[in-house]
Amino acid sequence: MSKTYYSRTHEYVTVDGNTGYIGISEYAQKALGNVVYVDMPEEGDDVTAGEEFGAVESVKAASDLIAPVSGAVVESNGLLIDNPRLINQDAMANWIIKVELSDPEELSALMDEEAYNAFCATEDAH
Amino acid sequence: MNKEYYGKLIYELSRHGRRGASLPDNATPDALAAIPSALLRMNAPGLPEVDEPAVVRHYTNMSANNFGVDTGFYPLGSCTMKYNPKINEEIAGYSSFADLHPLQPASTVQGALEAYWTLQKALSEIGGMSEFTLNPFAGAHGELTGLMVIRAYHESRGDSKRVKVIVPDSAHGTNPASAAVAGLKVVEVKSFPDGTVDIEALRPLLDDTVAAMMMTNPNTAGMFEHGVKEIAEMVHEAGALMYYDGANLNPMLGIARPGDMGFDVMHINLHKTFSTPHGGGGPGSGPVGVRKGLECFLPEPRVCRRDDGTFAISDDSGESLGSISATLGNFGVQLRALAYIMSLGADGLKMAGPLATLNANYVKESLRDLYLLPLEGVCKHEFVFDGLRDKSTGVTTLDVAKRLLDFGFHAPTIYFPLLFHESLMIEPTETESRETLDAFIDVMREIAKEAVENPEVVKSAPHSTPVSRPDDTAAALNPVVTYDDLKSSES
Amino acid sequence: MIHHYFPHTADDIREMLGRCGMSDLGELYADVPADVRLRGDYNLPKGRSEKEIRDFFNELGRHNRILTCFAGAGFYHHYTPAVIPYILSRSEFLTAYTPYQPEISQGTLQYIFEYQSMMSRLTGMEVSNASMYDGATATAEAMMMAVSASRKRDRVLIGATVNPAVRRVVATYARYHGIRLDEIAEADGVIRRDDMEAKLADGDVAAVIVATPNFYGIAEDYSGWADACHRYKALLIMNCVPADLALLKSPGEWGADIACGDAQSLGMPLRYGGPYLGFLCASKALIRKMPGRIVGATTDADGHRTFVLTLQAREQHIRRDKATSNICSNQGLMALHTVVYLSLLGDDGLREAAMQGLNGAHYLASQLEATGLMRMSFPAQPFVNEFAMDTDFDVADLEAACLEQGILCGVKIAPRRILIAVTEMQTREEMDRLVKTVKKMKS
Repeated sequence: MSKTYYSRTHEYVTVDGNTGYIGISEYAQKALGNVVYVDMPEEGDDVTAGEEFGAVESVKAASDLIAPVSGAVVESNGLLIDNPRLINQDAMANWIIKVELSDPEELSALMDEEAYNAFCATEDAH
Repeated sequence: MNKEYYGKLIYELSRHGRRGASLPDNATPDALAAIPSALLRMNAPGLPEVDEPAVVRHYTNMSANNFGVDTGFYPLGSCTMKYNPKINEEIAGYSSFADLHPLQPASTVQGALEAYWTLQKALSEIGGMSEFTLNPFAGAHGELTGLMVIRAYHESRGDSKRVKVIVPDSAHGTNPASAAVAGLKVVEVKSFPDGTVDIEALRPLLDDTVAAMMMTNPNTAGMFEHGVKEIAEMVHEAGALMYYDGANLNPMLGIARPGDMGFDVMHINLHKTFSTPHGGGGPGSGPVGVRKGLECFLPEPRVCRRDDGTFAISDDSGESLGSISATLGNFGVQLRALAYIMSLGADGLKMAGPLATLNANYVKESLRDLYLLPLEGVCKHEFVFDGLRDKSTGVTTLDVAKRLLDFGFHAPTIYFPLLFHESLMIEPTETESRETLDAFIDVMREIAKEAVENPEVVKSAPHSTPVSRPDDTAAALNPVVTYDDLKSSES
Repeated sequence: MIHHYFPHTADDIREMLGRCGMSDLGELYADVPADVRLRGDYNLPKGRSEKEIRDFFNELGRHNRILTCFAGAGFYHHYTPAVIPYILSRSEFLTAYTPYQPEISQGTLQYIFEYQSMMSRLTGMEVSNASMYDGATATAEAMMMAVSASRKRDRVLIGATVNPAVRRVVATYARYHGIRLDEIAEADGVIRRDDMEAKLADGDVAAVIVATPNFYGIAEDYSGWADACHRYKALLIMNCVPADLALLKSPGEWGADIACGDAQSLGMPLRYGGPYLGFLCASKALIRKMPGRIVGATTDADGHRTFVLTLQAREQHIRRDKATSNICSNQGLMALHTVVYLSLLGDDGLREAAMQGLNGAHYLASQLEATGLMRMSFPAQPFVNEFAMDTDFDVADLEAACLEQGILCGVKIAPRRILIAVTEMQTREEMDRLVKTVKKMKS
């Protein structure tokens, strides 16, 4: 049974057992516009919660990817190299990296879907 | 122009066996055998083969697809697109300057060194600084050099914990980028709605880890930072230095000097304030000035004047930050700037700032009923509209900018500064006449009218340019950056 | 009239102020506090007429000496065809801004695209950016690019035979950017592969910087170097003299990841140090790590081939402190110089120019050796158009004697060692005159 958590910087992590699938939220995808490139770490790299692990670029903007959780990268989504627009088509299905969580406790600092939706509503109000 | 016939790449004109230049023959024996074949290139590079007339026609036709200061008005904010005087071009082309090797003995380049020294002194006077280096190649290079000066200064006092640079959130993108290249951490300070620095927000940021504060004055919204002296005092109190980004120096000519505002280090963009041509993106020149006491940290090589009136090059100052260029910089650009300063003189320079500021305010006051003016008050050399006043038409700042091209004007700077959503930043320099400004104002008013009556014509602009709006997304998704890429993508 | 660059008449000023609700220019600066204001005028001379300016610069020019130039050391006196200044002086190119509005900048954008195409082929690399300031800063940028691409590594190795002027600039950037720069030792005029491998094995190396030809004009053999670097996941950066790439194996052929250097040798006037052009070419895998502008081809709304600035998300105006570099210009007009020069010369002309330099340099070197007063510093090494010689006399004395003849004999790199360059510009008679002057030197 998987569950999805969100960060304040609009990344999600969908957790299944000890595996996390990290990507950017629908909200982030819409704000960015047409994605033209995804910069991501390689298999074997480590990511640290709260630290940058790559970037998503559109024509006129770039957004750093901040890891919601720490762990070792077991796979990066190669489909995004040839077709970064998959993120625009379905951001939730098209995760960017798959990690082995090193500290599942970190999940408690993240938002669930309901809290995240409320957070996005306040972002829009600004 | 017939685009089908003339709109080709130079490679598409290439025919094997043609050539466009002749070379002298020094009549010495063939020595190719001296190079082992393993070190030789296997295949020819694959340059185009074209005759001289074809090269001239090709590039002449290409120039017709370009807009320049000599063809029309550039209301481009933060870029100071003033007239580029022709005498400057003539002088830069003199063989007595153009044919000097950068490593010639100083005794054989006294005229060149005197030109460098004279410009350096003039900029020191205009900036209110003690000394300048002309070596940096561009404004961003100047910023980097200036920040290195600041780090060298702190290090010379054994103060190694100053790793931060404070930059207003309204700053040019180069400021934080230069700080990062110089190994410094960027801390943003908030601006008030008018883009001026929020002094109360600055206060808690100042401690003994701050190396410098970078400011542009007037700021990127064209407003004068009237609190600059107080800011400088606070920054100095904290042991940090003040850096002046000279991108907006033009309106201050004859009015106020950065040194007198409390700045310690500054750069000047010769291609903005001092009339040297932008050349489609370069070469520029970004001299860096420092106040008294910081001269020893300037980069090598340096030019100095000896007591006997002769000029020399020094590169032996122990405290210098090092070298940021192999030579004394873009000398050809420096000559042009010196000729400009001599032409204007003290009497002309002091009018350049006020006339630029007059032009900006004149345009602002003539359009504010139709375009949204977010900042009240007198602007300096530039100002920002937040798009059209009437937001119901769906016509954006980008559309207005593109429609201007149809009327023979360059677009203003758009979507910068980031303070407003629909920024349209206009800087008419002092070399634009009232008639040109009136024509621009008429067109801007016409576009505002079109936005209401016929928005489609604005949204799909431009209509009369050599090409229409390009597909930027396709370009970024699948980069085609060489002729070889193009051939494989078209096949 | 205030000045002939300013169109404003007294009436214009009055009426324009009127629209702003003002009557005096001083009101435009009412918000500038008195304590920061300039009191009085700048302490500078009054404005001068055009004739006086021309006279002034002509007089300055008389204090410069144009010499027969055997000096190189990274800057070479090549022929500039007459077409080049003619095309570069066209206002539409000269007075244009950065091509941010592609619809009215196709001229600039297309020549940059052509520049990228030619430089990629000349260096044997897949992609090129739109150019950088000069060769030294381009090499420093290549170093920072490699460090950033490696994500975590902070060491860079640079060959001791890379031009010292380039090394100085690279060292400055490294120091402030927080890169640990280490040198690869030299033996007999070339850098030592064993030293590189040992230092690679120490770990954390993001890149290795080498030169072709090197500072002494020597064509070094880099067979296997790229593989050695890649074994340690380091990038190979090759600084090169592009004029010599008509003959020498290109960085791409050596397997380099980044090629950089100064394009001055492509017929750019020496101009006492600039403007020149720094180039930076790379493998396609590194394109999004490149600093500076890049032009790409796309189509416009009507389906026509169109050129635009692309991959801008790398740059400072979007990424700010996370940008690949702080550069926000290129050497625009000098990129135009480069494409016009390479178009005029083509493969054939570029090779001919390089051959003249090679032949002339070997002729001159043998004649100088025959004097018995000078010897090749590195007799075992192959050189192209520049070579180092050791002298039995002080180089300073030769310099002085040659200056009397109107000759710049080379660049002194030690009290008794000189670096001499030959291009298509020096005649055989001029070389013989240099030899004759050497013969008069006493040891």
